[in-house]
Amino acid sequence: MNLENQNPLLETSETSGKPTVRIIAVGNAGDALLSGLAAHDFAGAEFVAINTDAVALADTTAKVKIHLENKLFRGLGSGGDPDRTKAMAEEQFSTLKSACAGANVVFILAGLGGGAGSGISPVLAKAAHEAGALVLAFVTLPFECEGNRREAQAQVALESLKTAADGVICLPSQKTFKLIDENSTLVETFRVTGGFLIEGVRGVWSLLTRSGLIQVHFSDLCALIRDRHAENAFAFVEASGPGRAREVTEKILNHPLLDEGRALAESDAVLVSLTAGKDLTMAEINRVMEQVKRQCVHAQIIMGAAADGALKEKLCVTIIAAKQNVVPPSVAPRADHRSPATMVSAQREPALSRTRKRGAVAKAVQGQLPLSIVSKGRFDKSEPTLHRGEDLDIPTFIRRGVALN
Amino acid sequence: MFDDSNIIAGLEIGTSKICIVVGEQNADGALNIIGLGQSRSRGVRKGEVINPEQVEEDLRTAIFEAEQMADVEIRSVYLGVSGGHIRGFNNRGVHPVVSADREISQDDVDDVVKNAKAINLPAENTVIHAVRQHFFVDGQAGITQPVGMLGARLEVDMHVIHGHANRLQNVVRLVRATSLEVDDVVFNGIATALALLTNEQKELGALVIDIGGGTTEFVVYADGVIRHSGALAVGGDHVSNDLAYGLKVPLSRAEKLKLEYGTAIPSEAAKGQTLSITNELGLELKRINVGHLQRIMALRLEELFQLIAQDLEQAGLTDYLRAGVFICGGGSRVPGLVQLAENVFQMNVTLGQASAVSGLTTALEQPEFATAIGLVKYGSLKNRRRAASTTLMGGLKGVFNRMLPRN
Repeated sequence: MNLENQNPLLETSETSGKPTVRIIAVGNAGDALLSGLAAHDFAGAEFVAINTDAVALADTTAKVKIHLENKLFRGLGSGGDPDRTKAMAEEQFSTLKSACAGANVVFILAGLGGGAGSGISPVLAKAAHEAGALVLAFVTLPFECEGNRREAQAQVALESLKTAADGVICLPSQKTFKLIDENSTLVETFRVTGGFLIEGVRGVWSLLTRSGLIQVHFSDLCALIRDRHAENAFAFVEASGPGRAREVTEKILNHPLLDEGRALAESDAVLVSLTAGKDLTMAEINRVMEQVKRQCVHAQIIMGAAADGALKEKLCVTIIAAKQNVVPPSVAPRADHRSPATMVSAQREPALSRTRKRGAVAKAVQGQLPLSIVSKGRFDKSEPTLHRGEDLDIPTFIRRGVALN
Repeated sequence: MFDDSNIIAGLEIGTSKICIVVGEQNADGALNIIGLGQSRSRGVRKGEVINPEQVEEDLRTAIFEAEQMADVEIRSVYLGVSGGHIRGFNNRGVHPVVSADREISQDDVDDVVKNAKAINLPAENTVIHAVRQHFFVDGQAGITQPVGMLGARLEVDMHVIHGHANRLQNVVRLVRATSLEVDDVVFNGIATALALLTNEQKELGALVIDIGGGTTEFVVYADGVIRHSGALAVGGDHVSNDLAYGLKVPLSRAEKLKLEYGTAIPSEAAKGQTLSITNELGLELKRINVGHLQRIMALRLEELFQLIAQDLEQAGLTDYLRAGVFICGGGSRVPGLVQLAENVFQMNVTLGQASAVSGLTTALEQPEFATAIGLVKYGSLKNRRRAASTTLMGGLKGVFNRMLPRN
């Protein structure tokens, strides 16, 4: 526990008029993201790493390191059990809280699914919230191939993180498959997936800190995400050259992470940040914003624009679309693969599949009580014809309970 | 290739039979059915291949028969596919018109169609058809040709039919193994609708139901475009299986009973009536209650229609079907089926007949051949469109055709 390290940190926080941003990485995935972040310019941000794995923690570049420890683990990590780490984090709640003290905004970086990320992040979010900071979590969900257990743990953690943090920006890793060349290596894949999140962090970061032509104030961001407990979809696109405004618009509307623009249509608050070289024109801003506005009819739009000499010819746009956490009941059962799953619904799926499964299980139990096994005759060996939880291969008169004789 | 390009064959590998219809397209594009071949299908369940070797054997029999009858060599076929894995849904594509003068160009149309086709399918699925419905320009609905119009936002509705890629590929490979080329893969439901419906009926709105041996496909046309489609892996086999289970007779016997005594609406007269099953020596084996038989069957068929009706209700299409319901496929031979369907759908129901083609009347009249005839028709429409779209190529081809002697 490196509590003493935090004091100098707290003192520097009040110096500038800009909001103090603290970036806290949780778990191994968080550490990896953090080292990715370090490659970019984040002047003024304070990095903190929290982990249960002492070895991984030693490797990070963060200034402040918090090692959550338990005798049982011997500093080797949590063994992928979020319940343990959660208990541990709650035990050391005050440590976490003091790590967040003094910050206006806390970014939590984590990979959900494992032990540390899933267990600690929600507790940390709560601690940061209590310390008075605005909490934005940037998390990844595991790839499908990582197994059901991790998937389930990640979903549970995501749900609790959503209630604890002000905003969760979530990237289901599976989604990025489409964006990655099939032959890319594992390292590259992780780099790209992490890259998306880092872009998101960078986008929000530059919104808050860079002096803009059209400034987004810290309060705007607060207003957008505070207490919404929203699910957010985000995208970062860039283009250069004379037709860059047009190109950027097209990229936004086709962006897979925004579900080809559908996420925009469903959102109720959208934050757009444009950054370009000194040659950024009003017409370009107008052109991009016009299309975005057209896409999200119902949403409150916050836009910011900044000029950055380093970008030269490039025009970068970061979009964060927030959607309130309400599921219209009529939509819920139809969110199967028949309707193209949106990013938002991809996150919502666990709850749905859980309820659906419950229904299906109830039916299955009914049909397969050991005493009343119904032979399907000709269809015994073929794939069952399931339709809304009913096995249509079983004779209709049996399913409907029509008594003959 | 030029000399036989006017021969079009449609192949349907069904659960109960494999059938091929051969058509000949004359210079005007009119279609004449000149041959058909069929054989019992043994390697297919619920519309999907379970035993490729048997299917290949049956397929060769059918091809041979069709070639004999039409006196042509079949080189390529339009292949109909079905199965419970096939689904259809509507998707809307959006494209901002960003050109300075706001005039919609062909590029914009291509882009919006591309956007509409880019959908989130499960990784193992592939698109079979993407059918364009209508365009919207700045929210104005029902536009069929937007090129040259002014607007800021172009949208298009597409009906996308997709299915499991490997299962579809299995059938294609099977057909290729018999040294036939596959011109195109077509969803059976679309082919059937093509065979049964006239343009007027498509405009009015119609539901086509094809009740096959292992699957039932349905397609809804309204305002001249496909609005909805789907396939249920329930068919005539299920009726037989229900009977075998309910009456406790072997499947082959149930099949016979279905054909002989089956009906879609239980009759009062049959209630309590029994019949005896005898073996080849005339000894009685079992007595069967005809009333039960009819009820088991009616329940299954009623449920089948109800499932489709529910689906349409959810899609909000029930009020669009002004031309009514058209039923075909082997299942439509069940007596009283029209009456049953009228009860369920509460609208006009007709047994469909292949229209707008000429040729063998035996083929045209049978409801089982509607799909294969539709496949031939699909091929002929495609040929015609190809000829029209590539005028240069068409012209060249015309020149070649005139130069080369035809046999």
